[in-house]
Amino acid sequence: MAESMKVDARDTYCPGPLMELITYMKQADVGDTLELLSTDEGSAADVPEWVEKVGHELVRNEQIDGVWHITVRKAK
Amino acid sequence: MSNKLRIVCVSGTREKLQMAAMFASVAAATGDEVSVFLSMNALQYFVKDPSTEIPIEGTFGALLTEEGVPRFEQLFQQAVELGDTQLLPCSMALDVLKLHSDDLQPHLGQPTGLTRFLSDAEGAQVLTF
Repeated sequence: MAESMKVDARDTYCPGPLMELITYMKQADVGDTLELLSTDEGSAADVPEWVEKVGHELVRNEQIDGVWHITVRKAK
Repeated sequence: MSNKLRIVCVSGTREKLQMAAMFASVAAATGDEVSVFLSMNALQYFVKDPSTEIPIEGTFGALLTEEGVPRFEQLFQQAVELGDTQLLPCSMALDVLKLHSDDLQPHLGQPTGLTRFLSDAEGAQVLTF
């Protein structure tokens, strides 16, 4: 069954949030979703760019109280 | 599609190596094939236990330390672990510094000369720091 997990990369700078996400992405199974928490504004644009380039699925990208919640589904 | 990225590091300052390491790690994470050529003043910071702390160029270098941004060594290592990345010491710089590949950090690759690097860089995007 597909699982979901949170990756807390708050208070790290670029490329910290992306690298954190990738570390957990490698361990995840296809279909799993990962929710990245980030306070880095650059990463809010750059992480979706990576997701598109690599071919995963961006489920959600929104800022709540200064924290971006970027949810990605592993597609391959 | 994977691209070829070649990064040439010749400066021995925190800011330059930080930027190079950021490019290397993000490109590796995207599946690009990355080689980083380390020469001139950059190579001395890739020996095991460097004797001197790398100098900073300006206020941004100080901020990197103050804000606890992960160091370039860590980002380069991540790039190697993540994917298709090689950190190549320049063979001429090793000779001039009287170093052997055993003196370098374990994640560094084979000493490489310019001829080999150039032929390997054919058709690649090249960045120099």
